[in-house]
Amino acid sequence: MRSRAWDAAQLAAIGLLVSFLLLPVASLGLTLSWDELVTGLRHPLLLPAVRLSLTTSASSLTLVVVLGSLVAWWIARHAGRVSRLIESVTQLPAVIPPAVAGVGLLLAFGRRGLFGAFLERHGIAIPFTTPAVVLAETFVSAPFFIQAAIAAFRRVDENLIAVARTLGASPFRTFLRVAVPLSAPGLVAGAAMSWARSLGEFGATLLFAGNLTGRTQTLPLAVYTAMESDLRAARALALVMVAASFGLLLVLRRMSSEGRDA
Amino acid sequence: MLEVRIARSVGSLQLDVDLSVSSGTVLVAGPNGAGKTTLLHLILGISRPDAGRILLDGRPLFDGRVDVPAERRRLGYVPQDSALFPHLDVLGNVAFGLGHLPRAERRARAGAWLTKLGVSDLARRRTAALSGGERQRVALARALAREPRALLLDEPFASLDPTSRRELRASVRRWLAEWRLPALIVSHDPADASVADRIAVMERGRIVQQGTAEQLRAAPVSDFVAGFAASQAT
Repeated sequence: MRSRAWDAAQLAAIGLLVSFLLLPVASLGLTLSWDELVTGLRHPLLLPAVRLSLTTSASSLTLVVVLGSLVAWWIARHAGRVSRLIESVTQLPAVIPPAVAGVGLLLAFGRRGLFGAFLERHGIAIPFTTPAVVLAETFVSAPFFIQAAIAAFRRVDENLIAVARTLGASPFRTFLRVAVPLSAPGLVAGAAMSWARSLGEFGATLLFAGNLTGRTQTLPLAVYTAMESDLRAARALALVMVAASFGLLLVLRRMSSEGRDA
Repeated sequence: MLEVRIARSVGSLQLDVDLSVSSGTVLVAGPNGAGKTTLLHLILGISRPDAGRILLDGRPLFDGRVDVPAERRRLGYVPQDSALFPHLDVLGNVAFGLGHLPRAERRARAGAWLTKLGVSDLARRRTAALSGGERQRVALARALAREPRALLLDEPFASLDPTSRRELRASVRRWLAEWRLPALIVSHDPADASVADRIAVMERGRIVQQGTAEQLRAAPVSDFVAGFAASQAT
């Protein structure tokens, strides 16, 4: 393809795709008047849903970052079949449809589930509770962080690890004082993606945790519920979600680029 | 005194080394792929020998039953590219191995080592801003600050320009003589032999000849030894 035609093709692709990606988000803001937004923001579903979304996504992010960092570090430091197998397992939720994930979680942790029956005997019931929301969000968002963390950890110079050990650092201290700071930009970017996925989670949560106001109704579920009765409220809730997601993503991206520049 | 008698199979390389370093400096020379860096990693505890033993001042670091982890071997190490921690400044790098000391003492000792190695003015610099010679001096200060019982250097002068190389060689020779620290220097550069009391030539995972530069020149056992000894003389 000639150079000018190639440039035109790229520009056309950018114009088409960016418009397509931006249009639904812009529509949320542009089709809503100020009064409608204020009314929507006063909707009784909003505050409990925001609170629940923030607490559950913060919990799932903590779980994903703490456990995921350890798993990713192990995978990054080990070559071979077992490591590749574990890496594949950690990526499995990314290719499973969320609704299927919800059914799977229910079959695993439900009253008669593989693990749920054991929990039931000890008086622990997870489905349709707030912890179920956290588990569903953890399940769907973990691959995003783990993949980014593996890539970041693999970029850490092997010599730095070796030197840290000879300087008296235990494997754990080497991980904490050398690997984590050097991988910080990648870890932050992975955490941002994971958090965004967690905040937007819908299908698995609906099937595994239900849609109970204040207990399991996160922001996406509140939008879905409001859609059935009050479109203005649904749009206002959706706008809050978009603003919250963009706001946090911008902060995390900024942290990430500062880490890279440092 | 560092005594090493170890075997390790790494891919196609069969490493089988018998080497000892008393208070002087031994230069381990050899062509690329001879297993020199692998040998250092085995001594440091970064990787594990298949068999054999490593003794430091008569005490085993490894002997099949004992395998002292790298962080407790008290061996100073400077890899080829210095491997300074890019997220820490110079003082932070030197203080890294002194985590067991109170903060004030840690900084004082790190500062003292930077002074000894002539780079005290760099304490607050970021490592990316250092020249090759400065990097190596800081890496040496970092390794020495922990007061190791032996020092292992991997191609310490390879990445330097000729002037810095000459200066650092002279400094290292002076320091090692002053501190009487057993040192093992890995190099493929015959000029680095000027730092050492003894040369051990390694080929295909084995020490094929040991001795002073004169002894190697007088009766070289291989083409590499002959070439290395001849280049060292010029």
